[in-house]
Amino acid sequence: MQRHLISAADLTRDDAVLILDTAEEMARVADRPIKKLPTLRGRTVVNLFFEDSTRTRISFEAAEKRLSADVINFTAKGSSVSKGESLKDTAQTLEAMGVDAVVIRHGASGAPYRLATSGWIDAAVINAGDGTHQHPTQALLDAFTMRRRLVGRDAGLGQDLAGKRITLVGDILHSRVARSNVDLLHTLGAEVTLVAPPTLVPVGVESWPCEVSYDLDSTLSKSDAVMLLRVQRERMNAAFFPTEREYSRRYGLDGDRMAKMPEHAIVMHPGPMVRGMEITAEVADSERCTAIEQVANGVSIRMAVLYLLLGGNEPAVTHTRTEEK
Amino acid sequence: MSKILIRGAKVLGGEPQDVLIEGSEIAAVGSGLSAEGAEVVEADGKVLLPGLVDLHTHLREPGREDSETVLTGTRAAASGGYTAVFAMANTFPVADTAGVVEQVYRLGQEHGYCDVQPIGAVTVGLEGKKLAELGAMHESAAGVTVFSDDGKCVDDAVIMRRALEYVKAFGGVVAQHAQEPRLTEGAQMNEGVVSAELGLGGWPAVAEESIIARDVLLAEHVGSRVHICHLSTAGSVEIVRWAKSRGIDVTAEVTPHHLLLTDELVRSYNPVYKVNPPLRTERDVMALREALADGTIDIVATDHAPHPHEDKDCEWAAAAMGMVGLETALSVVQQTMVETGLLDWAGVADRMSFKPAGIGRAQGHGRPVSAGEPANLTLVDTAYRGAVDPAGFASRSRNTPYEGRELPGRVTHTWLRGRATLVDGKLA
Ligand SMILES: [Zn+2]
Repeated sequence: MQRHLISAADLTRDDAVLILDTAEEMARVADRPIKKLPTLRGRTVVNLFFEDSTRTRISFEAAEKRLSADVINFTAKGSSVSKGESLKDTAQTLEAMGVDAVVIRHGASGAPYRLATSGWIDAAVINAGDGTHQHPTQALLDAFTMRRRLVGRDAGLGQDLAGKRITLVGDILHSRVARSNVDLLHTLGAEVTLVAPPTLVPVGVESWPCEVSYDLDSTLSKSDAVMLLRVQRERMNAAFFPTEREYSRRYGLDGDRMAKMPEHAIVMHPGPMVRGMEITAEVADSERCTAIEQVANGVSIRMAVLYLLLGGNEPAVTHTRTEEK
Repeated sequence: MSKILIRGAKVLGGEPQDVLIEGSEIAAVGSGLSAEGAEVVEADGKVLLPGLVDLHTHLREPGREDSETVLTGTRAAASGGYTAVFAMANTFPVADTAGVVEQVYRLGQEHGYCDVQPIGAVTVGLEGKKLAELGAMHESAAGVTVFSDDGKCVDDAVIMRRALEYVKAFGGVVAQHAQEPRLTEGAQMNEGVVSAELGLGGWPAVAEESIIARDVLLAEHVGSRVHICHLSTAGSVEIVRWAKSRGIDVTAEVTPHHLLLTDELVRSYNPVYKVNPPLRTERDVMALREALADGTIDIVATDHAPHPHEDKDCEWAAAAMGMVGLETALSVVQQTMVETGLLDWAGVADRMSFKPAGIGRAQGHGRPVSAGEPANLTLVDTAYRGAVDPAGFASRSRNTPYEGRELPGRVTHTWLRGRATLVDGKLA
């Protein structure tokens, strides 16, 4: 493992599988009466959030606390932070406090990379979402969810997602989740198809290791998982598509469309779901929708990442690991 | 009257000759000229060029003296071999009145390192709505001939048309920063493979090309002269080539950085590579070099854009756009154009002195190296190789993309009307 986790593209197949396997161990902790490991006792982790995201912050915070880390939450929004230089200033303040890891969420693509590479700070940097660039722990938790559902919980250990066919639907252009997932799923051997109106596909996508389609219906029967991405309503006003109604008619997932998917195929959503437009309530509440599991899995993945980045080289939970690679 | 004998210099890259300067003029060019009473500069086969002329410099004074001043900017210019620079109008206050342009012009004259020819804003406050007093700026002591809202595009087609028409009255030219504003909202870098991966807002080539296409057609329609600033894409080259073939009076410039660097560098997220227009692809770079060689692009202009350290030592999106360029321009041109065989030194003199002086109507600059001409000269040690060290820059700012990069060539002497402004690489 490297020292930072900035981009899903930085992970090798073996790194990624190690994280997924470690997360399985971490998941077992959640089933215990006392959901806590002493692993990061005495280590300080800062959640540095320049952009609002209660869900992601709480997920990281739960992971940090389950590993017994000391947690500092720094929310820059609403504070004096407004100019760009504040990232550097804030980083150096945290450095002076002797933090071991910084979990950073930032509205600007590349901010975590800058933080990790500019010599401003020595701590490990974990990207919790930067602009429209990357959100690697989201991709890991998605992959973890897919492996559990499509390969199997215990059968999945040591396995990747070779041959699985994953379809991502929605706003690819503005989605760090899409970028991270394409990178990670490709590394794990899956075949990825992106589906969106052409206005929501980035120029330059042809260099990505995936297929692109503008037609959802033709991809459904060939998908082991269909992941819906958030489409913000303001995109409509910026002429990315004509109306909400037209979007949901062409790209929304309803019961009829779900019926075209293979029996075993799952529906995924990083949340929060826009019911009605992206997904109907019928689909969102069905057995096949993994949105809630994804939230739970997020904590296990983040525990695994923190543990491994902060120097964990022994199995995190001693009795569960089978063999090291 | 002071006399200087430059001995054995390859004038415009030709056979070694002697050049005698008397007072502010070149007295003689030939072999075996008498050194009597003259200070002798042994050129040892260095290349002697007419003083370079930059049609696109940001001096930042008035308003952002923390980035650069007329003094520090002209010292940087002299270090880079320039004897005249055109100072862009996007200062605070904006150079949109006779008063501001005269102030900038006079500071240049007082400091004496380099002639400063102010560029006037096309519209009041660079706001693109109302024409600035173009005539008054022309008639001022600064004698403005070039008008530009650089930093912003004159995107309103009617305002652009009127500006092009209006400046005909006094032989002016409108220099356009071609950037369709709606197509570049939130733009952070070239739109393409790299932006898709990095998740940075894309600045599509068509945003530049569509404005250039419109403006050459406007210039044709009203029979005026238009100049395209920092052209950066292969498609723009095609449009300018077409316009010239049709007889439209268009000229174009390319910056040194667009001749050398590509958007692959943005993968570092290092804002030193953030510039407007953005670094493009390898294919664009090659097209720009060829276009400069074949004359489709007329000149090299630096777009020297100084910024203080704190405006670059931050995350990409928050960083200011721009790079300093005066002190490295000739080296980059040597590497990308001369050492690739695309241009000889006479060609460099043409693209970096004769033509820019002509487009801007700079009096006494861009003249042949021959007897009776003003002694505006630059001596270049073309054999020099060395890594760029911004600590040695005369510019107040250090935002160079070339730090630590080895570039060829070094300006050793610059003379402004016979007076040395740079001697052995040191400012006089
Ligand atoms: Zn410009």
